[in-house]
Amino acid sequence: MSWSWFPISSLVTKSALHRPVTRLYPGERRAAYARTRGHIEFKINDCTFCTICAVKCPTVAIVASKQDKTWAIDYSRCILCGNCVDDCREGCIELKTAPWPPMLAKEVLTFRKDYEGPQPPSGVAVALPVEKPKTS
Amino acid sequence: MSNTTIVPFGPQHPVLPEPIHLDLELDDERVVQALPSIGYVHRGLELLAERHDFIEMANVAERICGICSFIHGQGYCQGIEQLMGVEVPPRAVYLRTIWGEISRIQSHLLWLGLSADALGYESLFQHSWRIREMLVDVIEETTGGRVIFGVCKVGGLRKNVDDAVLKAVRGRMRDIQTAFNEIADVFRQDPTVKKRTVGVGVLTAEDAHILGAVGPVLRGSGVAHDTRKLGYAAFGELDWEPVVEQEGDCYARCIVRVREIDQSFDIIAQCLDRMPAGEVEVSVKGKRPKGEAMFRLEQPRGEVCYYISADGKKNLARFRVRTPTFANIAPLVHMLKGCELADVPVIVLTIDPCVSCTER
Ligand code: SF4
Ligand code: SF4
Repeated sequence: MSWSWFPISSLVTKSALHRPVTRLYPGERRAAYARTRGHIEFKINDCTFCTICAVKCPTVAIVASKQDKTWAIDYSRCILCGNCVDDCREGCIELKTAPWPPMLAKEVLTFRKDYEGPQPPSGVAVALPVEKPKTS
Repeated sequence: MSNTTIVPFGPQHPVLPEPIHLDLELDDERVVQALPSIGYVHRGLELLAERHDFIEMANVAERICGICSFIHGQGYCQGIEQLMGVEVPPRAVYLRTIWGEISRIQSHLLWLGLSADALGYESLFQHSWRIREMLVDVIEETTGGRVIFGVCKVGGLRKNVDDAVLKAVRGRMRDIQTAFNEIADVFRQDPTVKKRTVGVGVLTAEDAHILGAVGPVLRGSGVAHDTRKLGYAAFGELDWEPVVEQEGDCYARCIVRVREIDQSFDIIAQCLDRMPAGEVEVSVKGKRPKGEAMFRLEQPRGEVCYYISADGKKNLARFRVRTPTFANIAPLVHMLKGCELADVPVIVLTIDPCVSCTER
């Protein structure tokens, strides 16, 4: 009987001497793996607004308009499938490894090519509130 | 007049990860009969198949269940490929087999943790999940996702995995196996585990067969039936035998899962040894599925059946899934008859209920 207690006691002793296996998130984080699907990043400069990405997106997260020269993504709809990344011929969309922070509300980013307001600090990407993307 | 009391069990219960409701008819502390009811998490995923493109539907199929997500995606894709007559490249087949087995290990580890928790064995629960976390990291490294793998698609896989990554995976699987062996001994030998599970919730081989039990519940009752023996994916080329235990009690079902984890490590090692080189996908552009297909796979919880009917259009005409938990509810009700009220949570957990996929 006494020996059958041994497996868990050796495990417990080992754990007591070991440093914690958990991390103090968010202060301490594990580096993402090269393939981790974290979030979608969009660079507007090369975009031709061909809308292929919007058509291929299974969740209708992307709404692109050739007329208005806008491209919008709803992060709360994106399931990080990577279709848009594979199908964009201009290579404007990239899958980044950093996870998107938890969303408290719907997060939609709209990018517009001919934005005429104050220049944003880096690149031409600007976030504007837009209406809800159409659901199919 | 009968002297029985009805006690509701679930849908919210500390041991239940998912909502299933049982009306327990008790005579003193003994269960006379149990009446199950489900229907709390129906999502209508089968109907979506009739509205969505069959290629996009692979994403939906993967979301039928959070734990066997990969195997659902694999089953759906294999069914469609069978209908279209598409031959998937061997490397994709082997990678699918590896991910299927990784899913099985993480699902069983999750279950072992939950069952330890149901037994009141908190430290064993934490250790099971610690090891599972190591495995989830392997999943993230090879697929990019932690719960939803998102790698399976009609015609093969989305992305290839480098041989360097596979080599690293082999080393890490060895570490995980070493860590797992430590807790496996606890499940096998610990008197706390044995006292709560040996002789509890017995299901004889005959009853298991008649009631249509599947997976570890069936194999724990001494019936050597494993759908992987049909030889889908790479299983036909690998060397393995179904794990069987004879007693049919909760302890036997627990040991079946412990041994299956060991076996899955072995299957993964065999796949890595034989990993073919080459492409991982074939183009299915312009092809449309037509006809009917019925497909069976072995999930961690047991046999799952897919029925796909297509008429050459973009959408499927019908998509139907019969999940293992659904098949195991009838045996569960049978096992509960005559048991003590305090044993109900343990018995319910030993079928590894996954209600979301049962209701889809
Ligand atoms: S597919 Fe590429 S180029 Fe076309 S709209 Fe989308 S991001 Fe722009
Ligand atoms: S990753 Fe998938 S879901 Fe997300 S925006 Fe691109 S196509 Fe849509």
